[in-house]
Amino acid sequence: MISEIWLFKVYGRLIYIGVSRILVMAKKVKGEEIIRLRNVSKHYPMGDSVVKALSHIELKVFAGEFIAIMGPSGSGKSTAMNLVGSLDMPTYGTILLDGGDIAELDESDLAQVRGKKIGFIFQSFNLISNLTVKENVMLPMMFQGTDFEEREEKAEELLKLVELHDRMDHYPGEISGGQMQRVAIARSLANDPEVVLADEPTGNLDTKTGAIVMDFLQKLNKQGKTVIMVTHDPDLAKEYADVIYWLLDGELDKVTKRCGNKFVDVTKRKKKEMKEKK
Amino acid sequence: MKLDYLILALKNLRHRGIRSWLTLLGIFIGVTAVVALIGLGSGLQAAVGAQFGVSSTQALTVQAGGLNSFGPPGSGAVNKLTRDDVDAISKLGTVEFATPRNLETTKIEYNDIVVFSMAVSVDDAMEKEMYETMDIEARSGTMLLNDALGRIVIGNNLADGTKNGFDKDIATGDNVLVQDKRFRVVGILKKKGSFMLDNIVLMYQDDLDNLFDYGEEVDIIGVKVKSPDLMDRAKKEIEKLLRDRRDVDVGEEDFEVSTPDAILETVNSVLGGVKAFIIIIASISILVGALGIVNTMTTSVLERKKEIGIMKAIGGTNYQIFLQFFFESGMLGLIGGLVGITFGTLISFAGIIGINNFIGSELLPTIDFMLISGALIGSFIVGATAGIIPAMNAAKQNPVEALRG
Repeated sequence: MISEIWLFKVYGRLIYIGVSRILVMAKKVKGEEIIRLRNVSKHYPMGDSVVKALSHIELKVFAGEFIAIMGPSGSGKSTAMNLVGSLDMPTYGTILLDGGDIAELDESDLAQVRGKKIGFIFQSFNLISNLTVKENVMLPMMFQGTDFEEREEKAEELLKLVELHDRMDHYPGEISGGQMQRVAIARSLANDPEVVLADEPTGNLDTKTGAIVMDFLQKLNKQGKTVIMVTHDPDLAKEYADVIYWLLDGELDKVTKRCGNKFVDVTKRKKKEMKEKK
Repeated sequence: MKLDYLILALKNLRHRGIRSWLTLLGIFIGVTAVVALIGLGSGLQAAVGAQFGVSSTQALTVQAGGLNSFGPPGSGAVNKLTRDDVDAISKLGTVEFATPRNLETTKIEYNDIVVFSMAVSVDDAMEKEMYETMDIEARSGTMLLNDALGRIVIGNNLADGTKNGFDKDIATGDNVLVQDKRFRVVGILKKKGSFMLDNIVLMYQDDLDNLFDYGEEVDIIGVKVKSPDLMDRAKKEIEKLLRDRRDVDVGEEDFEVSTPDAILETVNSVLGGVKAFIIIIASISILVGALGIVNTMTTSVLERKKEIGIMKAIGGTNYQIFLQFFFESGMLGLIGGLVGITFGTLISFAGIIGINNFIGSELLPTIDFMLISGALIGSFIVGATAGIIPAMNAAKQNPVEALRG
């Protein structure tokens, strides 16, 4: 009897470990690190001089978080978003996507990984005007080699999710800005990515339609998607994000984290800096 | 999976502006020219053949000088053929008969209008034989057969008031003035499709002799060979005979024995020249078309830089983006080719119908599927080749820069 209980304990534990393993392999467990920028700098040559767009950025994205990258114009947030989205390579430092250094991938492999793991939402929607709403949503899946029927089914499902299934066969020019951004949200979800990266998603929208779009993003986050939003609007960041990275003049000014209704400064500073502050 | 990119390319083509389509004119014209030319080839050959009077496989013509001399056949020669030559040729073993023919440009007056046309003599002893070698017969009235002098048979067009220049039809029984002498028209020939035969005036040897005084001279000798297999042998025999009679060496002949094959060869070499010319024009046109596609694709890549950036951001690899532009370019060429084939086929159909009406032949317009598929594949290849470099440029775009537009 005792030994039976013991066996059950052992097997139960083994089964538990096995199942959790499978779950990890299938999908990131909440709290696991997805993207990490380690001491990243981005410099652009400009004539004879060098523009330091970003310097020494440390950033971690964990599964299930809603992160905002905040900063006024010229603060380097677009550069940051390109790096976080692995569209661009850092001049110094490393970017880890799912633990792997993106510098080790060639351009096409990186595109494939990007297409699979990150869904982009842009300020100016960036839908392809020659393709219908549905074809736009199907496109990322085409690049992953998904077959037509599956693409179509998934696109219809996603457009239903953003409440645009009655506009599937319209061209982007025939729908409103808010609707276009919802199409972009549907497209960003096409390959079921781990991260949705939104660059000023409400920038070209009025307050009301902007709120609708933000509600969709929040809903996605509640369902477990990691959302990274780049914005210049501190109110928007504070309203929706859990963690805010504040950028100023190409440097990380501070990192704040939601704690109840307030945000607390969780910036990790080097000891020397801390001393200087004191 | 490649099919997806082909479909995507087609979708993008739906929204191309008129400028892109205009660049296809080159491909379109080139393919039209080639397809029309090849489609018309057989018809042209028959038409030109008819102009040269190629009909029987058993007929030979002998003339002094050469086929390529100026003026009416045989008339420019210094050392003319004679009636004795005719007799000698008709005695050859391979020859069934030989008929002498004289021809002269004559003044014809009717309805108070003067027109010049070719008069050909008919030998009163060999009327039927001559009609046979020339492959002619009357559509109204009769041919000259044991008739009295002062009678003529005229070609189809010379009787037709809309074509003969007299502003009035000539009917059998009408009188016309030939070199100011009155002749009665007893017959009108069937349409032959040959400019010369359709405007001909046939009269007896004695009549023509009275008008021009030939004596023993003969311009052309029409020869019928006993069987088609003997053509080459007959030709050689006649050549040898005439060399001996005229005392010339091999290679220095001042006469020519023409077989239908030889005439066809001449026709073909003329047609070959025309074909070569059209093919050169078509090639230049296709080259210009290809450059047009390079141009329009390069512009398109620049215009759609942002689109390329978007595609890269959402996971498009360089190869996938290359494929899309490559197919788009190929499809542009293919569409140019398709329109060209349609027009080319229409032109060749219309041309064949025109030739049929002109020479009264019954050529059937044909659709050559090998030619069509060849032209389609060819134009796709031209388009795709033209698109390689622009497509590579598209694929090479840096996603961040491309997204900026």
